[in-house]
Amino acid sequence: MAPADPTRQGGTTIEVVKPGLVTTVQDQGRQGFYHLGIPPAGAMDQLSFRAANLLLGNEETAAVLECALMGPELRFSAPTRVAVTGAAMTPTVDGEPRSGNTVIEVGAGQTLGFGFATAGARAYVAVEGGIDVPEVLGSRSTYGLGGLGGHEGRALKAGDVLRTGSSVGAGGVADVGRELPESLRMPLGKERELRMIPGLYDYRVVPESLKRFLTETWTVGSEADRVGYRLKGGTPLEFVDREPPFGAGDDPSNITDACYPIGSIQVPSGKEPIILHRDAVSGGGYMMVGTVISADMDVIGQLPPNTKVTFTEVTLDEALQARADRAAHLERLRTAW
Amino acid sequence: MPSRYTLGGDEHLFVEVSESMSLDAFFTSILVTKELADRAIPGVTEICPANASYQVRFDPDVISVADLRAELEEIEAGIGDHDATLETRVIEFPVYYGDPWTHETLMRFRDRHQDPDSTDLEFAARANGYADVEQFIEAHSATPWFVSMVGFVAGLPFMYQMVERSKQIQVPKYLRPRTDTPRLTVGYGGCFSCIYSVRGAGGYQMFGITPVPIYDPEQQPAHLRDFMIFFKPGDIVKFRPVDRAEYDAIVEAVDRNEYQLPTAPVTFSLKEFEADPAAYPTTILEALDGTR
Repeated sequence: MAPADPTRQGGTTIEVVKPGLVTTVQDQGRQGFYHLGIPPAGAMDQLSFRAANLLLGNEETAAVLECALMGPELRFSAPTRVAVTGAAMTPTVDGEPRSGNTVIEVGAGQTLGFGFATAGARAYVAVEGGIDVPEVLGSRSTYGLGGLGGHEGRALKAGDVLRTGSSVGAGGVADVGRELPESLRMPLGKERELRMIPGLYDYRVVPESLKRFLTETWTVGSEADRVGYRLKGGTPLEFVDREPPFGAGDDPSNITDACYPIGSIQVPSGKEPIILHRDAVSGGGYMMVGTVISADMDVIGQLPPNTKVTFTEVTLDEALQARADRAAHLERLRTAW
Repeated sequence: MPSRYTLGGDEHLFVEVSESMSLDAFFTSILVTKELADRAIPGVTEICPANASYQVRFDPDVISVADLRAELEEIEAGIGDHDATLETRVIEFPVYYGDPWTHETLMRFRDRHQDPDSTDLEFAARANGYADVEQFIEAHSATPWFVSMVGFVAGLPFMYQMVERSKQIQVPKYLRPRTDTPRLTVGYGGCFSCIYSVRGAGGYQMFGITPVPIYDPEQQPAHLRDFMIFFKPGDIVKFRPVDRAEYDAIVEAVDRNEYQLPTAPVTFSLKEFEADPAAYPTTILEALDGTR
């Protein structure tokens, strides 16, 4: 572990040369405001986000940059250690390839860039000390629909200037070359199984139709962002006949507008399911067939468009076991160094 | 009918009080969630009342769903025991009905509307049996509304009209949602009115616009100094039609931080409303006298 270096006290500036596709400041997210329409926000793949900080020696929840599919170009004003986790997007320094999942250094005046994502969807870029933006409602995360948090409430643009903070962990910034063990990296596949618990308004669907929904293979559509993931390619749902309840609306998929759980799977007009994620719209008038379990939400953040997805029904006990397994994985990350 | 409890994965308990909208169902939702919040139960992280349902997010490592459900069932059973009242506030919102900005927007999206040759106001007036738009605006603005849910996006209120069901306005949503809606548009879909807190997509009919901001992360206007979001579930809203001159004057007053939003504390009694749904809302609105 490197001794504390008095020249490294945060306040390095990072100039956004190119913003990438969608690059936002994110952390663990906020809670307690969903009843007012403010969703959690925060890194979609929380495991890779935390791994980036722990690998680098930052505090576990220091703010990072979440980079979707095509990374930014960032020029640093002073030597800065950096770690990139999550999607396979090879980091480059002044164009020279460096290793992902490894602590690297970007020199004064040098530019950090990225190759295209060859697997996964979102890279997490931790910089020593974290990204220094103001906390809003307990988090530095960007909530784009509400223009709140992060850097000016929005994705980065060319010309933006960020500063590094002082959220370094007790052990100090890690040495260059420290690597994230393979076993602690998020698996990035072209096919994924998502475990879900049926419920909410699944009774609106004819049983055979729901059974088919759970056996079909779906394809991640191009509308796959922080609000939600739209899936295509399956058979439309068949609804149970009814007299529309007062206030619900005429479409068989309408409900009296209600709250949407994070991870819930809504199916507007029975056609293309949408899985809500951390920037979720907090409520609305579409029925939901169930909810992806908490342990599989990180996985969704790493699904690029065209990934094949299947749903697997699990019980609450199975969901809680998966949750415990994820907590154990996180604990191994915390004690890896 | 008892409430229906259903899991939203391993972290949410979703409770549907009623499939259909009613003031009664909303009242149960708001009273149960208020009591749950007061109990400050460890592990409960988000308490979200909605129109005729509510949702609780929890940490299953701290509280089991069975324990949480037992708590909620006990609370709901207790609510029937007393005369349900709600301590809340009544607020008067100026609305410029038929304004040029929502008009320009609705003209851009006529191809997504069920009646492309009418404006949204003309369509809604006809669908609810009013002779003209003026009478419809009178119906929309004469009686108060309950904020029955805040959400979709940050700070957007869903509002339910405090009248007998036979007089309740109902308007279908657009056939396909618009990709644009002006900020602060007063909209309508199904049996709910709303105010769009931010510019963006939307499927509700557009009736007008309010000059008073309801969401500002910078918290500039005086009425957003305490918190960036104005509305809370349970608020009571009265719309007041204004013309272009008054709209402009209020916009300027808001910009100078001199606009006072008429607001008064009030106690709402469901039993008194149900006993006389025609007259009781008028007594609620009396609280606003002297606030303008």
